[in-house]
Amino acid sequence: MIDRLTLLQKIGVYIATFFFLLFILMPFIEMIRVSLRPMSHLMTADFTWWSEDFSLQAYRDMWVTVPLLGRYIFNSIFVASAVTLITMIVVIPAAYAYARLEFPFKSLSLGGFLAVNMFTGAVLLIPLYRVLRSLSMLNTYWAMIIPGVAFLIPTGIWLLRSYLERIPRELEEAAYVDGASRLYTLRRVVLPLAAPGLIVVGTAVFIGAYAQQFLFAITFNNVREIQPLPAGLYEFIGYQDVTWNEMMAAALTGITPVMIVFLFLQKYLVAGLTAGAVKE
Amino acid sequence: MTLVAEGAAPERMQRRELSDRAFAWLLISPALLFILVIVVWPLAETIRLSFTDATLGGENFVGIANYAALFADPKFWQTVGRTFYWMVLAVSLKLIVGLIGASLLNAAIPGKALFRVLVMPPWVIPVAIGVIGWKWMYNGYFGLISGLLQEFGLVEDRVALLATKTSAFYSAIVTDVWVGTPMVTLFFLAAMQGVSKDLYEAAWVDGASRWYRFRRITIPQIMPVIVSMALLSAIWTFNSFEIIWILTEGGPRGATTTLIIDTYKVAISSQRFGEGAARAVVIVVLLATFSLFYLWFLNRVNRQYGAK
Repeated sequence: MIDRLTLLQKIGVYIATFFFLLFILMPFIEMIRVSLRPMSHLMTADFTWWSEDFSLQAYRDMWVTVPLLGRYIFNSIFVASAVTLITMIVVIPAAYAYARLEFPFKSLSLGGFLAVNMFTGAVLLIPLYRVLRSLSMLNTYWAMIIPGVAFLIPTGIWLLRSYLERIPRELEEAAYVDGASRLYTLRRVVLPLAAPGLIVVGTAVFIGAYAQQFLFAITFNNVREIQPLPAGLYEFIGYQDVTWNEMMAAALTGITPVMIVFLFLQKYLVAGLTAGAVKE
Repeated sequence: MTLVAEGAAPERMQRRELSDRAFAWLLISPALLFILVIVVWPLAETIRLSFTDATLGGENFVGIANYAALFADPKFWQTVGRTFYWMVLAVSLKLIVGLIGASLLNAAIPGKALFRVLVMPPWVIPVAIGVIGWKWMYNGYFGLISGLLQEFGLVEDRVALLATKTSAFYSAIVTDVWVGTPMVTLFFLAAMQGVSKDLYEAAWVDGASRWYRFRRITIPQIMPVIVSMALLSAIWTFNSFEIIWILTEGGPRGATTTLIIDTYKVAISSQRFGEGAARAVVIVVLLATFSLFYLWFLNRVNRQYGAK
């Protein structure tokens, strides 16, 4: 057996872990603290850790200050879900092709897909704006969905491919010998076997789509009703008098639904996602 | 055996299936179409626009005028330098903090499962929301950081961290590191867990210290992951837009203006499409050069030390 940590070392690890997690969680702790205090007190008093005036008032007032908050929360989840769905529909066949088939320009085209990672929407905004305008997609959900999909396709293919490669070929060959067509084999043999991988990659794509909703939303959309949460709240941050406690309350409320779902998926996700990436 | 094989082959043919080649391209075509319309064509269009003086009003071909003006502008070179400094510093910090974090989370202590979950929140929320939290913390009047600095007597008065050039730049770095650290940490952690226990035990039997084992086993074993995370983080950090935009919009007085912010301001805020496009092309060329150089360098190192 390898040497265990001594008690002193353990204490050291705990202290270091505490500071590491403090750095990670500080903004959340502070957002919660601010959301629970009245604005007047936040603005006048010097900084204090603790005070007696904690209240949930901001969580009531925010619905008045940010009347579309419910819409923003819905929009964020809707856009991320739509991006995930379309990305997966596009990525599954492509990942299968890269995992299983031999064809000319295979590694070159895969490299091409991966090179897309070098671009972000920010570099291509001007022509993208024109593309979306000519497709009549500006100021619609599509303006946020379509570019989102394009930039997540490469990562999706990359992650899913390594999953599919680990499914034994024999099963597909057996199906083929039994006379199944290739598409049938893909749908009925490969996809069910790849289900855990599909969930992991789907969740990763969702996180990507959910995290990056700001740029396309502020650039391609100016309809408030369809704005996702970050872009919707950003509008209020720009004002001279920001009611910070309500903004924090709104932000925390907005991220809660996805956070809860994520808590249920996290074990599954992290193990799967990193296994896919690390194995390579 | 031979007979069966010979008999099977024609039967396959009879099913009149697509060849591997055609089937593969059929499967890839939707993904390819997306990339062509949303990435490749806009990229070509960006390159074309960079040789014009396009604005909302119209466009004329101006040759290399945009590039000439850009390269003659000392401010532009400052921005390039600042962008690389921003990238190198933020990526190094993410890798170091991520490595420390992963080692801590990898330690065999009670509670580690909980700690691993607690690293994730910044990763699973919209980046912009986290940055809004930081923006509050940096404010001078009632922000947490200014408050703490005063509490510990490090500063006399309230400090508005985003208001002065140096502090704004480093504040943006801290936020960028915060955004990027959870993912780096989790990937390093997963890689560490993939390292064979036998290696550690063998080294331990030989009397190797914990630190020695970390340096000589852990680091080399997870090097492939470190190397790919470094490249990915570098690209993302170089292109990082919303963190800086929400914190400072590139200010104060340009102190946090990286190439991507500069491009956005010129192209979108002031709608000088041609000049903006030239900046976008410079970004693409710089990143492509950087990535190729990085990969070439890796290849060389791998060959020198014998790839596993």
